[in-house]
Amino acid sequence: MKTYLLSLYQPDGPAPAPEFLEPIMRGLAELNQEMHDTGAFVFTAGLCPPGTATVVRVRDDETMLTDGPFTEGKEHLGGFTVVRAPDLDGALDWARRMAAITTLPVEVRPFQG
Amino acid sequence: MAVLTRYLGDLDLAEEAVQDAFAVAADRWPREGMPPSPAGWIITTARNRAVDHLRREAARGAKEAEALRLRGGRTSEEDDLLRLIFTCCHPALRQEAQVALTLRLVGGLTTPEIARAFLVPEATMAQRIVRAKAKIRDAGIPYRVPEEAELPDRLRPVLVVLYLIFNEGYAAGTGPALVRDDLCAEAIRLTRMLAALMPDEPEVSGLLALQLLIAARRPARTTVDGKLVRLGDQDRSRWDTALIAEGQRIVRACVRRGRPGPYQLQAAINAVHSAAPTAAATDWPAILQLYDQLTALAPTPVVALNRAVMVAEVTGPASALEIVDGLGLDRYHVFHAVRADLLRRLGRTAEAARAYERAAELTHNEAERRHLLAARGAD
Repeated sequence: MKTYLLSLYQPDGPAPAPEFLEPIMRGLAELNQEMHDTGAFVFTAGLCPPGTATVVRVRDDETMLTDGPFTEGKEHLGGFTVVRAPDLDGALDWARRMAAITTLPVEVRPFQG
Repeated sequence: MAVLTRYLGDLDLAEEAVQDAFAVAADRWPREGMPPSPAGWIITTARNRAVDHLRREAARGAKEAEALRLRGGRTSEEDDLLRLIFTCCHPALRQEAQVALTLRLVGGLTTPEIARAFLVPEATMAQRIVRAKAKIRDAGIPYRVPEEAELPDRLRPVLVVLYLIFNEGYAAGTGPALVRDDLCAEAIRLTRMLAALMPDEPEVSGLLALQLLIAARRPARTTVDGKLVRLGDQDRSRWDTALIAEGQRIVRACVRRGRPGPYQLQAAINAVHSAAPTAAATDWPAILQLYDQLTALAPTPVVALNRAVMVAEVTGPASALEIVDGLGLDRYHVFHAVRADLLRRLGRTAEAARAYERAAELTHNEAERRHLLAARGAD
């Protein structure tokens, strides 16, 4: 079994309307339940908007804080799920279903080791 | 560790077994007391664990082999080869990596040979292959033949890779030589192998027939000084009759099966071309009909462009030009070459010359550029 990070990328800007989000959230909850039932689930979380982020750097023992995300782009990491799968095809299948539910691109990255 | 490694012949397995044995020891010795020979106890326990592990693996291997035999009736060597092809052409790898890996691991070409074939520095090609292998290992790209249900999606990139290798050899997108025969031969060899391994997939046979029929025209396609000769102007007595016969035989078998696909239709189109003793004797309506079928299956602008060339033969250059002008293929050199030819036939020579120049600007192939500029000058 290998472990994979499935990252959900969403466009910057205001959050979509609740009536648009509601079926997506329901679909994701069902998918998470299926991950639980099949033993694939490890962890999942949604993140607050990138405007709430703070970047920490240490130079010469001095801590520097920057308000905002590490990289500014047109998309940001909106949430992520960690799954266990026998191989990449297994992880890609979960990602495909996540992308279909959310209509967002999903990046699949293997854990080291 | 060394004792176990020698006994098991596998460093990773020995390491794991020793760790297991220590874990058992940590659990048992505080409760039951230390055994008389702690080192001997560890080695014996580790060896027993490793043997259990190997037995489980062997049972799983045998089950897998049995399942594959039931599915395909292939030998284990053939299955290994198929697995390798599907791993190299896994859709999670970018196309240039798929091509390089297929030639390296399935074709057995050396990295310098592949680098030369694709006109990239050897270091670039080496890095491309190393990176792709690392992704296969680290991302856990499986080493297996796809299930029946996923086969259409998984076979497509394999066929694209084989066709790309063939095309790179035949049409040589970049560089001074128009044709690189060794790459064509390698593509045909690999496709023939795949066709033998997957006899139930007519598109694989279609791709093989397509390659054979195109390769058959190779001796007539260039002059001794390397100039390009178009299909209509080729000396057909120089075509390879053995390759044509094999290609046409495969096309007929495909037609009998009645499960058409884009490669089979392109092969059928080329079979009609190769059946004509002269260009004038070509059965254009039959080809146009095949293009209509191809358009229905693969409605791409490039197919529409090729279909327009057939329309010019059947109903004349004016209606063909109308179709061509509706296609948004401004960056594609063949689009301008086709336009140029149609404009020339309609007597619009100034516009034709501009289109020839545009086509010559866009092609990366020297022989093709010379051909296009010569065609412009001829008017």
